[in-house]
Amino acid sequence: MFGVLMATLLLTIVLVGSNMDVILKQGVAFQVRNEITQNPAIASSFASVDEFEKFVQEQIDQRSKALGLDAPWHSPHRIGLTIYKILILDFGRGTFLTSDSGSSDVKDILLEKIPKTILLFTTATIIISIIGIFLGSLASSKINSKIDRITSTFAVVSSSFPVWWIGMIMIFVFAFVYHLFPARATPSVLPSDPRYIAALLYHMTLPLITIVLIGFGSWAYLVRNFMIGTLQEDFVIAKKTIGINQKKIVYGHALKNAAPPIVTILALSLSGSLGGAIITEAVFDWPGMGRLYFDAISVMDLPVIIGATYVLTVFFLASIFVADLLYGYFDPRVKTS
Amino acid sequence: MSTTALNEIGQEFVKNKIGLAGIGILVALFVISGIAVLTVPLETLKTWNNPESWLEFPKIALPAWINLFLSEKIPEHQILTSSKDSRYNIDKLAIFSQEYSVVYEFDDFPNDFIYEFTAKYSGAPLLQISVLRPDGTTIDLLSRSLPYSESTIHHERIFSTDDTIKKNIFLQAEKFSFPLSGISAEQIVFSESNSQKVLNGRYAFLIRLVGVNSENEIVDSSLILGGKVFGFVGTDELRRDLSVGLLWGTPLALFIGIAVAIGSVVMGLLYGVYAGFIGKKTDETMMRFNDVIYALPALPFLIILAVTISNSIFVMIGFLMIFGWVGIAKVSRSMAMQIKTRQYVEASKIMGQRSSKIILRHILPQLLPYAFASLAISVPAAITTEAGLSFLGLGDPSFPTWGQILHDASTHGAAARGLWWWVIPPGLMIAVTGLAFVFIGNALDTIVNPRLKR
Repeated sequence: MFGVLMATLLLTIVLVGSNMDVILKQGVAFQVRNEITQNPAIASSFASVDEFEKFVQEQIDQRSKALGLDAPWHSPHRIGLTIYKILILDFGRGTFLTSDSGSSDVKDILLEKIPKTILLFTTATIIISIIGIFLGSLASSKINSKIDRITSTFAVVSSSFPVWWIGMIMIFVFAFVYHLFPARATPSVLPSDPRYIAALLYHMTLPLITIVLIGFGSWAYLVRNFMIGTLQEDFVIAKKTIGINQKKIVYGHALKNAAPPIVTILALSLSGSLGGAIITEAVFDWPGMGRLYFDAISVMDLPVIIGATYVLTVFFLASIFVADLLYGYFDPRVKTS
Repeated sequence: MSTTALNEIGQEFVKNKIGLAGIGILVALFVISGIAVLTVPLETLKTWNNPESWLEFPKIALPAWINLFLSEKIPEHQILTSSKDSRYNIDKLAIFSQEYSVVYEFDDFPNDFIYEFTAKYSGAPLLQISVLRPDGTTIDLLSRSLPYSESTIHHERIFSTDDTIKKNIFLQAEKFSFPLSGISAEQIVFSESNSQKVLNGRYAFLIRLVGVNSENEIVDSSLILGGKVFGFVGTDELRRDLSVGLLWGTPLALFIGIAVAIGSVVMGLLYGVYAGFIGKKTDETMMRFNDVIYALPALPFLIILAVTISNSIFVMIGFLMIFGWVGIAKVSRSMAMQIKTRQYVEASKIMGQRSSKIILRHILPQLLPYAFASLAISVPAAITTEAGLSFLGLGDPSFPTWGQILHDASTHGAAARGLWWWVIPPGLMIAVTGLAFVFIGNALDTIVNPRLKR
């Protein structure tokens, strides 16, 4: 688990490292030149332009050396240092992006964005799974009935639509034709305002509806398929012959036995939704992690990219871990084998 | 053994209506791809992102068929390229004349009209433009000489907003019984003579190049009547004809989807079967490596890769493969481990056959049904992921995919401005393409896993 985390970090750093170096060096050069032009006395003390340039270059080299930029970005020392810093959650400062409160510390930015993404996507996933589990068990108990067919068809159809396109359609219908919801999901009220939460929830409605609409079909289909497997087992047929009420069998006994894979997938989809959030948040302009990530990439704000990738990976791995634990809890057979 | 299994699947598949529907859509998509490749040359596609080449087209025009549903017909954007050309002499003057005739049957004035021409001449010939209206009146629009030259090829666009056109029309104000001030040229030319209403009927635009040299001629010309509807799917903010992008998007999407699917299924299958067959330490290390890739968050990494390495469509296909094969490898490994314990495999092992031969002869054919099902399911995933990346603006600019059209739509706020013809068709195409493969995959899945049927 830890190894995967390290591999991810290393890969990210390798991919963005050379760019990062170029940007940092330019930053130093800019800083040095700025300081010198601030002080005309230095500039006037040189006889020729060449001499002056040489002095500036020396200053820049000196400064880079002090910051450890003279070693190439792939030297083990510098990579080690970067990884160590990230492990103690010191992501450095963003180059361009700032949090709403104006702080450019990557940690502040992330802490501000994470709750919003969790708010939107966790709510959506919970709604999706509730609808999905209910609809799926209903469909599985009446195979080939109308409701089963509708669910299956809906699942197949909805899974081939990209969420973000449905998002655009939703914006068109509800923001342009009916003026019910705003097209941009970023509230215009400032976070310090007490009405902020209400505004945030109001702006959240459209993305939430979209995600749920696209998601619940395939969930229901998944639950249905697991349930069909369980409903074919001997103990269910035995219960049926004793004469136990069908509803009780489905929701009480069969669902419990189909739980392990369902819970595992729930845990995985919770974290998976965070990764998929990048495009969805870009469509709705929702001020969460996904959009931060996208913004960071479009302006190449590397500390933010590294920080966000790290957080996403941690979430992902944590949920795989939790899924494993839950599976063992619901299905004790796994533990012994 | 394997051929009979495949035959059985084929027979079952023919009975499956959903699967057949999928095949039907797929065939239609291939036909569209064929039409795209045959009718729209690749050069047109290459100029997709070059605004220069789309100047003749209208801005955000609705699809033309919208007029069928409207009582008030919106003027259609017309690009006329075929004219009646003739050459004759009056005294010593050599005249080259062109006639564009157009039937105008709409309930609103055109936006403008543009005459674009390339003329080959010497001296300074006179260019005269006049229009013969349905009511029989003729209006002279322009009469001016082209810049003097010994011998030249001259290219020019004459817009209806040209001041000289306006002045010329004002000089003929007696032909109209309403005040002309404040009304633009096209609204006068296409108006009834006694009130400012659209006059429908046949218009003939006459262009004459009058000079002393009989060699003078207009080599190439077109007359554009600016309208608000155009083509089958309309145009976008950058005046691009969306039908070109949509048509060419089909072969591109199919190519991306199928290439990624085949690549990742073959990779996953070989990797998984090899690990499962060899077992022990090799299996252990191979599966740990598999786990590492499995645990990487795919989309963020795809974005970083696209930004830092390259966003070329071929490199992107490679990246999509890297994240596609992992799940298939896992499943095929466990299947290979099951098949490995069967007696005929063990028998051939004892007979001393090489592992590679056992894998190819005895294990892989058993996995073929599963491979086909996952092939069909991997295609839509690849298409939507590529569309998603393109939507974020990370697509290959030299190949306009549906995702990129949607990216442009989104950056111009098309959804919130109600430009539905820019948003709906590309997404629908993505969905329909995905749906075809999902249908086929589902049909195969129910055949391969009979437990789901009952």
